[in-house]
Amino acid sequence: MADVSILETFDVERGAFETAGEASATIKRTLKRLGVDVGILRRVAVATYEVELNLIIHSLGGRLELAVDENWVRVTSRDRGPGIPDIDKAMTEGYSTAPEDVRTLGFGAGMGLPNMKRNADDFSIASEVGVGTTICMGFKLR
Amino acid sequence: MNKAYHSVRLEKERCMGCTTCLKRCPTEAIRVRDGRAHIIDELCIDCGECIRVCPHHAKVALTDPFDSIRRFPYRIALPAPSLYGQFKSLGSINRALTGLRRLGFDAVFEVARGADVVSRALIERLKRPNVPKPLISAACPAIVRLIQARFPDLIDHVVDIRQPMEVAALMAKREFCQQHGVAPEEVGCFFITPCPAKMTAIRSPIGHEKSALDGAISIMEIYGRLAAQLRKGGEEESLCGATPYGVGWANSGGEAAAIHSENSMAVDGIENVIRVLEEIENNRLNDLDFFEGQACTGGCVGGPLTFENGYVAKNTIRKLTERMEHTRPEAAVDASALNKYPIYNTLPIEPTNGMRLDDNIVEAMRKMERIEQIAKELPGYDCGSCGSPTCRTLAEDIANGYAGEMDCIYRLKSRLQVMAQQMVELSERTRK
Repeated sequence: MADVSILETFDVERGAFETAGEASATIKRTLKRLGVDVGILRRVAVATYEVELNLIIHSLGGRLELAVDENWVRVTSRDRGPGIPDIDKAMTEGYSTAPEDVRTLGFGAGMGLPNMKRNADDFSIASEVGVGTTICMGFKLR
Repeated sequence: MNKAYHSVRLEKERCMGCTTCLKRCPTEAIRVRDGRAHIIDELCIDCGECIRVCPHHAKVALTDPFDSIRRFPYRIALPAPSLYGQFKSLGSINRALTGLRRLGFDAVFEVARGADVVSRALIERLKRPNVPKPLISAACPAIVRLIQARFPDLIDHVVDIRQPMEVAALMAKREFCQQHGVAPEEVGCFFITPCPAKMTAIRSPIGHEKSALDGAISIMEIYGRLAAQLRKGGEEESLCGATPYGVGWANSGGEAAAIHSENSMAVDGIENVIRVLEEIENNRLNDLDFFEGQACTGGCVGGPLTFENGYVAKNTIRKLTERMEHTRPEAAVDASALNKYPIYNTLPIEPTNGMRLDDNIVEAMRKMERIEQIAKELPGYDCGSCGSPTCRTLAEDIANGYAGEMDCIYRLKSRLQVMAQQMVELSERTRK
C-alpha cells in the first residue's frame, strides 16, 4: 500500500510577503482532506508556516515540497542560497539574522528553526554557503 | 437529538438555480442540481449567509411561529440584546421589554443577563493556567460549527461555557418556577433570535445534551408585532437587570469589552474569521488571551433575521448602553453564582470532519489523486455554471459520483466542437 502517496510542490520567492502563508495554507488544507489527526495537523501547520516564512525572509527563493504516505507527512524546503554559515548558531533560540525592516513586521524573532525542530518528529538541516539550505521535517502518522 | 438538523432551508419554488448563494457559501455547502440549489447537510454551518444574499428569497430560516408559545401554560420571552437595536428611538431597554411581555408572555428575561454570567465565567476561565491561548469564544454557534468542520485542530481552544441564551434560560425557568410555584414542564422559554444558527443550536446543542430553551422566534417575525405594541405606549415596567456589558454582547467586540481583557481580539464577518482562524492555527496569535469571532458583520446586530440595518442597530445599542449605569459584570455577578446553574459544557465538542475525503488515509489519498487528475481537465474559471462553486469542488463531486464531466459547460463546448468536426468529416467522406 506504500505506493500510494501525495506529492505537492510550491515555489516560494524571496520577499514575496503578499503571498506569504499560501503554500502552508494549501498544505494544511490537503492534510485536512486526507483526515490527518488533529494533533499532527497543528504541528505541521506551525512548522510549515515557519519554513515558508524562512524562505521568504532569508532565502534567495526556493521550493516547498509536501509528501504524504501511509506513515509519514514530510515537508521539505530547498532554497537557492545564500546558505547558513553556522547551523548550530542558527538553531539557537532567539538568534536571528533578519533585517530590521522585516523584524518590525513581527517576523524574524529567532524562533523559526528551533520551533520547526520542536514540532517535527524528524528534523534535519543541511546547508552550504553559496549553494543553499535544505530542511527536511517528518511527522509520523502512526 | 437530530444531528442533521438545520434551520437554513430552501424554498424550492422560489429558487431560480442561479449561482449567488453557491459562490457565497463560506463552507462550499451548496450545489445547484437540476436548476435548484441543494444544501449539503454535513457541510452547512447555518451561518445564514445564503439567506442574506439570495435575490429571490429562496433561502429561509426555520424558526418557531409566534403562536407556538401557546403550547405552554406559562411563557417566558428571552430577547437577544440585538433586539434592542431594532428600534432607533427606543429610548430605554425597559420599553422594549415591557412591550415584549405584553405581546403574550408571562415574563421576559434578558439574554444579556445570561451574557453577564458568561462574562464572569470567562474572566475566571482566563485566570486558569494552561488554558490554550487564545481561548476562542463559543457564543456564535456558526463559528463553533465552522471550527468543528474546518478547524478541528482548534476545538480545544473553544471555551467550554454555554451560550448566554442557554444560561439565561436556565436562570429564567428556575426563577419563574420558584416565584410562581409551577412545574418546569409548564413553562416555555422562547429565544428571540437574530439568526438561524441559534435555532439550530437549540435543536441540536453543541457541548451539552438538551437545550434549556423550548423554541426560538425570529426578530423579523416579532418586529411588526412589537413595533405596533410600542406605538400603543403605556407605562414602562422596570424589567431590565443586565449590565451594559451584557447588552454589549450584541455588537462585535462586546464580549472582549465585557471580560475586560486588553489582550483580546474581535473579528466579525465569516470570511474574516476564517482568515484569522488560519493565523491561530499557525500559532501566530498565541500571545492573545481571547478571540471573539462572529459570523455576521458587526456581530449579532448583523444577523440575517434582524430587521434594522446592522450598523444602525449597532449605533442604537451603543447609545442605549452609554445611558446605563456602568456596572461591571464581575460586580453584578458573584463568583458563587457560577455554581448555581449548569453553565459549563458536559459533552466534548467533536470534529465533524466535513473536509475529510475518506476515513481511511490511503483511500483518501487515492481519491485526492483522482480529484487532481479530473481538476487538470477543468478550465479553472470557477464560474459555477456546472452547479458546483469551483472547478475543484466539481472535480470532487465528479470523483464522488455526484456530477459528470459534461456538467462543465467549457468541457461540453469543446466536446461539441470535436463532435461537430467529426460530423463534417464524415459527411465529406460520404459525399465522395
